[in-house]
Amino acid sequence: MAMESVEAVVAHIQGLSGSQEEVAHLHSLLKQSEDALRSQAARLGAFLHQLDPSVHTLGYLFLLEAYSSDPVCREQDGDFLLSIVEFINSCSAEQIRLAPEKFISVCKSFKDKVMQLQVPIQGIVPLRTAIRKLQVSSEQLTTLHSDYLLLCLLAKCYKAGLSILDDDIFEVDQPRDLFLYCYYGGMINIGLKSYRKAWECLHNVITAPMTTLNAIAVEAYKKYILVSIILNGQVPLFPKYTSSTAQRNLKSHTQPYIDLANCYATGTFAELEGCIQTNLEKFQSDSNLGLVKQVLSSLYKRNIQRLTQTYLTLSLQDIANAAQLKTPREAEMHVLQMIQDGEIFATINQKDGMVSFHEDPEQYKTCGMIEHIDSSIHRLMALSQKLGSLDEHMSCDPAYLTRIGKERPRFDFDEFDSVPHKFL
Amino acid sequence: MDGGDEGVVVAPIGDESMCSNGGAVDDPRRPPASSGKAAAGGGEQMDLEAYVALYTGRTRVSRLLFVAERCGNEGMQLEALRMAHDEIKKGEDSHLYREVIAKTGGRLGPLYALDQTWVDMVDRRAEARKEKLENELNSYKTNLIKESIRMGFNDLANFFYAHGQLGDAFKNYVRTRDYCTSSKHISQMCLNVILVSIELGQFMHVSNYVSKAEQTPEQLDPITHSKLRCAAGLAYLETKKYKLAARKFLDTGPELGNNYTDVIAQQDVATYGGLCALASFDRPELKNKVIDNINFRNFLELVPEVRELINDFYASRYASCLEYLENLKPNLLLDIHLHDHVETLYTNIRHKAIIQYTHPFISVDLHAMAGAFKTSVAGLEKELEVLITDDKIQARIDSHNKILYARHADQRNATFQRVLQTGVEYERDVRAMLMRTNLIKQESILRAAKKL
Repeated sequence: MAMESVEAVVAHIQGLSGSQEEVAHLHSLLKQSEDALRSQAARLGAFLHQLDPSVHTLGYLFLLEAYSSDPVCREQDGDFLLSIVEFINSCSAEQIRLAPEKFISVCKSFKDKVMQLQVPIQGIVPLRTAIRKLQVSSEQLTTLHSDYLLLCLLAKCYKAGLSILDDDIFEVDQPRDLFLYCYYGGMINIGLKSYRKAWECLHNVITAPMTTLNAIAVEAYKKYILVSIILNGQVPLFPKYTSSTAQRNLKSHTQPYIDLANCYATGTFAELEGCIQTNLEKFQSDSNLGLVKQVLSSLYKRNIQRLTQTYLTLSLQDIANAAQLKTPREAEMHVLQMIQDGEIFATINQKDGMVSFHEDPEQYKTCGMIEHIDSSIHRLMALSQKLGSLDEHMSCDPAYLTRIGKERPRFDFDEFDSVPHKFL
Repeated sequence: MDGGDEGVVVAPIGDESMCSNGGAVDDPRRPPASSGKAAAGGGEQMDLEAYVALYTGRTRVSRLLFVAERCGNEGMQLEALRMAHDEIKKGEDSHLYREVIAKTGGRLGPLYALDQTWVDMVDRRAEARKEKLENELNSYKTNLIKESIRMGFNDLANFFYAHGQLGDAFKNYVRTRDYCTSSKHISQMCLNVILVSIELGQFMHVSNYVSKAEQTPEQLDPITHSKLRCAAGLAYLETKKYKLAARKFLDTGPELGNNYTDVIAQQDVATYGGLCALASFDRPELKNKVIDNINFRNFLELVPEVRELINDFYASRYASCLEYLENLKPNLLLDIHLHDHVETLYTNIRHKAIIQYTHPFISVDLHAMAGAFKTSVAGLEKELEVLITDDKIQARIDSHNKILYARHADQRNATFQRVLQTGVEYERDVRAMLMRTNLIKQESILRAAKKL
């Protein structure tokens, strides 16, 4: 078909946005007119106003994409952001899913613009809407996820990121998305001080299948070491399912952090401080200094927590000695902070300068706790069923059966032949 | 201190034990004056002559040399070296002779200078004998008579052993294996190999050959059996498996007598067995296998201190038990097999004593306990802290009032906690696994060529 003018395209759009077949037809038409649109990007702005985003979503999308990919238009249009936001809010989800790359590209230019103008906070809500519309199910990871989390990080709106992070992800289109998503997710959780979730996210990054090392994994491993120390006092070994690339190479790129972990294990405060001082610039250049400082304060906490296991009452002076603090006053401050954070259960008797440690008062008898246990059980049963069905599905897969069949000895008449011969 | 239920097994002694630990004023069993091998700390020395008289053969010299190296006391050192020198002169080992002379360094006077003529004579004799033996062996080999070949290798190995070439002796003893025809031969071969391996310090071979010897189809005579048990015990001791070592030593029958003095003396069996048992057995085992063991009693009679200290431990008289241990320590540090295990064993015994002390009570006054163990309250607190952290004692310290309270974990709460924890971990692992499966399934593995 000959290259059509923009007006003709617009007319098509307006005409063919009714039913599904029409939209499909429109789609193929639009694909052919892509170059035409792109060459006339500057003029498209006016035409956009002729179209209604909620009805003519697909067409609008194509035009918008061509428009936004032109850098000149982007710069000059003051309303660029607004128009995209409007589009995202009002577009129809099914039509978008016909041309997901276009949609993603539009959102990316939106994100770039927002970052360029240094107002990341403006991009948060629109992008969240965009993600929800693009996703087929809430278990799917899109490229927009990582962009969204990036904006949350830049704007320091960590809680906004949580709503997306809470979704379980099971389907992934592009591995790079996953790396970035988990890495940013880890950073958001660190910002919110929920170290356990941060650990999970970072763990996913470093144990994801990879054949070559990438920078995201290296950075994630650095943070992983620090978070592991804060949580557990030590860095766990790589689990069996970590890729061999990761196992072999990650340690060589993160030596200062590994030294820090070893220093921490010995337990003396002075050594740890010394270790931090020697590697100060490295930590700073990786922007991990804040986390490193938290590692330092976690050393005190760990020492004090150990004391709760052996003593019923202990004087503040002894606590200060055991945890290598300088004065009983400092010990009191630390203990007070830990009580407030709910990390230990104790009472301070200021008259005697004694601290009494108590047991965890949780008795597991309240309704709330029973509900929690019950919902956990249901959730886990659903998860386990999912796993079971995946396993069943895979064991019926012809490719798998062929592989299994080939590796078995051929003339084994004694054994019950569980693999049908057609797969051999 | 508040008495909870005192453990039934302590019942015979009753309250008296708790009081008499502090002051042993009228305790009839004070550590006796030193006799023979055991010496009190400070001042009195080990009686070298009596010690060495217990052993025969090469081990005499090795032990004397070890004592000379470790004792730190010039007089004793010289004495040991002198006796070693005399022993060696009776034998044929010129290398060892040279070594001893070097160590003496002329301090023993002109009588003990290097006697080069003796050395040369011994070496010449050795050369001649070696040639003769090798020729004989070759002729036997051509004749292909199994028994003679075996005897030939045996003689050659004996020769090497006498001459101090332990490696060659070992090789030749092992070579006789192929020519052994009866189980007597096999057990003889095993015993020889074991002897050389112990001298060489290669205890893995010792264990191997002990099991080989015990696998023979015929019944071994009881003496050989006891020898093998001792050797096995020594092997376990070296590899720090104290419980197994104790069991082996305790099973050694009294038939051992003085038949194995080229490796171990009866006193040693008692000492090693007793200490390892104390350090590793629990109370019922200690009673059954040690205190009520009639066979072992014969050995214990030879070393009354060890017998006393085991009884004290069982009867909770910790202060005197620990005192006996301290008295034995200097001599044990000079023992060639036990020296590097003394510290570990002592620490274990001390810990066991503390754990046993606190076991029957709900609360214990730390002052009284410190008195019982003859230590300060602060030191005791530190020790208790270590034991609690290692989860050997379930208790908590009230540092303000200096009382130790027993603490029994609430099973129900602990179970709930564990269950919830398991659930959390399961969920996390399965989710991650599903995601990874998905990644691999779509063959979305990060490739280097792909432009990111």
